[in-house]
Amino acid sequence: MHGLLSILIWLPVGTGVVMLLLGDRNVAAVRWLALLGSLGTLALAVPLWDSFNSTTAALQFTESLAWIPRFNAYYALGVDGISMPLIVLTAFMTVPVVIAGWSVIEQRPAQYFAAFLIMEGLMIGVFSASDALLFYFFWEAMLIPMFLIIGIWGGPRRVYATIKFFLYTFLGSVFMLAALIYMYVKGGSYSIAGLQALPLTLIEQRWIFVAFLLAFAVKVPMWPVHTWLPDAHVEAPTGGSVILAAIMLKMGGYGFLRFSLPITPDASRELDLLVISLSLIAVVYIGLVALVQQDMKKLIAYSSIAHMGFVTLGTFVVYEILRRTGSVQGAAMGMDGAMVQMVSHGLISGALFLCVGVLYDRMHSRQIADYGGVINPMPVFAAFMVLFALANAGLPGTSGFVGEFLVIIASFRASFWYSFLAAVTLVLGAAYTLWLVKRVVFGPVTSPRVAALEDLNPREFLVLGALALAVLLVGVWPAPLLKVMQPTIHHLVSQAIATKV
Amino acid sequence: MTDTTMTWSSLAPAVPEICLVTAICAILLIDVFAGEKRRGLTATLTLLAIALSAALTVQYAHVTQRALLFDGMYVADELSFVLKLAGFLVVATALLYSRAYLENHNILRGEYYVLALTALLGIFVLVSANSLLTVYLGVELLALSVYAMVAFDRDSGISAEAAIKYFVLGAIASGALLYGMSLIYGLTGTLDLSEIAVRLSAPSSLGVTMGLVFIVVAVAFKLGAVPFHMWLPDVYEGAPTSVTLFIGTVPKLAYFALALRLLAQGLAGMSVEWTQMLAPLAVLTLVIGNVLAIVQTNLKRMLAYSTIANVGFIVLGFVAGTADGYAAALYYTLVYVLVALGSFGVILLASRKGFEADQLDDYRGLYQRDPLLAFAMMLLMFSTAGVPPLVGFWAKLRIFQALWETHHLWLVIIAAAMSVVGAYYYLRVIKLMYFDDPVGQQPPASTPGGVRVALGLNAAAVLALGVLPQPLLNLCARLIH
Repeated sequence: MHGLLSILIWLPVGTGVVMLLLGDRNVAAVRWLALLGSLGTLALAVPLWDSFNSTTAALQFTESLAWIPRFNAYYALGVDGISMPLIVLTAFMTVPVVIAGWSVIEQRPAQYFAAFLIMEGLMIGVFSASDALLFYFFWEAMLIPMFLIIGIWGGPRRVYATIKFFLYTFLGSVFMLAALIYMYVKGGSYSIAGLQALPLTLIEQRWIFVAFLLAFAVKVPMWPVHTWLPDAHVEAPTGGSVILAAIMLKMGGYGFLRFSLPITPDASRELDLLVISLSLIAVVYIGLVALVQQDMKKLIAYSSIAHMGFVTLGTFVVYEILRRTGSVQGAAMGMDGAMVQMVSHGLISGALFLCVGVLYDRMHSRQIADYGGVINPMPVFAAFMVLFALANAGLPGTSGFVGEFLVIIASFRASFWYSFLAAVTLVLGAAYTLWLVKRVVFGPVTSPRVAALEDLNPREFLVLGALALAVLLVGVWPAPLLKVMQPTIHHLVSQAIATKV
Repeated sequence: MTDTTMTWSSLAPAVPEICLVTAICAILLIDVFAGEKRRGLTATLTLLAIALSAALTVQYAHVTQRALLFDGMYVADELSFVLKLAGFLVVATALLYSRAYLENHNILRGEYYVLALTALLGIFVLVSANSLLTVYLGVELLALSVYAMVAFDRDSGISAEAAIKYFVLGAIASGALLYGMSLIYGLTGTLDLSEIAVRLSAPSSLGVTMGLVFIVVAVAFKLGAVPFHMWLPDVYEGAPTSVTLFIGTVPKLAYFALALRLLAQGLAGMSVEWTQMLAPLAVLTLVIGNVLAIVQTNLKRMLAYSTIANVGFIVLGFVAGTADGYAAALYYTLVYVLVALGSFGVILLASRKGFEADQLDDYRGLYQRDPLLAFAMMLLMFSTAGVPPLVGFWAKLRIFQALWETHHLWLVIIAAAMSVVGAYYYLRVIKLMYFDDPVGQQPPASTPGGVRVALGLNAAAVLALGVLPQPLLNLCARLIH
């Protein structure tokens, strides 16, 4: 279908603008419109997956229009094996966000849903842009709705959290922009393929790599630039947390794969130990930090940072594997793991934040200490929560297992110690998630407020059920996902190990 | 220049000035006879006169070739044509936004409109200057009109103070400009800018460099570059908001032209010297402007420091010292004027009789009181912060690009870091409007619908030019090359 990607971007954006114009006069209409818009986008994502040709690494569904001929910049879209699954994930995760906010959001609902739909379009734009300037355009534009979502519908410290979020991301991004402009001035094009082919000296690559690292490390987020995330997550409304954890964090990982490795392969090889060490610190240290959290959302936020550590580890361990074994196949496995981990973490962290949202809507507290014995009044909810918690801990049969397992196996080829430290997280992850479940879900009912909790309503059941299905599907049968990514990842590894100097 | 006989057709490029002088005389007279009761008539007539002049300008004064008039004192090229049209548009919009404010403050007088038009005339003269004499004429005509406008609210002590400050410091800057010009004239023997460019192409003497220093100081003062920025926050804060809107927008077009005609064209041979002088000024301007803006509690004063910060970017375009750099500076100036027009317009529209709306706290919860105004302000603030999809992003991108082309690594890094600092205080305005609850009960401002539509269009333009930046980018590049 021609123009499919454009429709995927502009359908939700257009729906959002219409909702802004409608305003809060007819709340029911706005809600249905939001649901229709997000479902429509998801429905259009199906043919994207369906007619995707998984035997080639070339960009598919390409579109190209002259946008700013003066800068040789194009409105150029296209997807390959790493961006397509992320687009489908984006389209998939927006639907539960809309449903979860259905009757919960009472303050300015039209703007709330509009912000999420506009976000959805812009995020799909980020993943499908094949022109760096267009990529940056979407990448930054996305900050505006997220800034407003946290700031307007967030918790008590929302202002601090949202300004911190914006400035952190903005700081990283401007240096990426400077690097992109530098390469444009040098090569005369913003096309990502052109940048990937642009010859750069090692010194240039180092600067550009650092600029990219700033932008993507903040987004992932990597230790030590992760501090905005716990704040943003805790203060954001449920939907905001879901989108942040499920999609926005993935953009950092996507950026490393799309920009850092192919554009600055030599600098990436030279500085890979830096990223690997930061990833391992994230995995181990942040895992320990997660253990001691009192706030459920904060715990999941730290768990996200630890799990995203696997993504960056899997991405950069490629160079160490090649250095030790020379096996391209083994290197690709690390990247496979990173990609699966991104998709899987999108589903699981989103689901966990929705679970917390379910509890929060009823009790208006995120403190672990306020809960206990939730399983008694809410058995169905408890089943879902336990499933997602186990998936978060990497239980075989869930999607969480596949990605982590692949990354650990791959990093074993690089060094015993990498895989040892990465495997520590399986223990730590199990510890903090299961302890969370123990304290919140199991045990005797601790307070009359907990005893009075009502179990999931059909709307919530639908949302969590769909996510549970997806988590299990990817966990039991990851082959289709791996198959879709394979040619692209092989191409990516060959780009990453090539030298530009 | 031997052809001294003037025919009407040879005067065609000067149609904007001719129209404007006629309009000034007519409006001054009509206002005298219209009397106190029919003040609105002057306002309407002024807008009509501007529209008519703009139409005649498009009809008769469109030049594609560079044309010299009045013995080479006056130049008309496509750049001056476009800047004059922009001047008409911006002044008309500014006067439209100001009308209700002037009425509420009992300063709706004919002289205000006449002064605005004489200031515009000064801008036109400056934009078309091709001789040191014309440059000075334009600078003074503009400055004197503006001094009077700042002091227009006679009963306001703070306005009078601002006007005195502006006048005294402005007079010093004019003196510096004149002194620098006299040195250049004495050493080259000509006032003609094209001729100066030819004579200064050889390695220059110490005297010329001295003259250049004074000229750079004057240009920096006019633009508001640090350390010659002291007047700017006080004047912006002290002047009536409608005047702040005026001096915050149109004169920037003229001062861009001043820098371009004097430095980039007349003194092109000394570009190595003056780019070296401007580079530290630009860095200081960026740092001081952005850092001091953070601590302001008055929105007008905050926007004054934001102006200083933006001037830093414009100066960076000149530091690049290439045609592409000047085009970037022109683009940045036009974008800045468009955004400043909207931002000060919001202040005007948010104010009412007895309520200035110039404190940042006055904007708490504006979203709940007036969604359209808050939304427009949000777009404008995100634009100045340089966030896509708004036009301010492209302005910053153009400057970065010009700096990379001339290999200014450190300037790029400083400018990038400073744009993050800048984002903070723009976000703070949005925070006040959207995230805070309103304090006390304030009735919504009652502005005529037409003015609100104009402001909406202003904000929409910021978005539209941000999504499709090509036309304006191309125009700027064409005007400079």
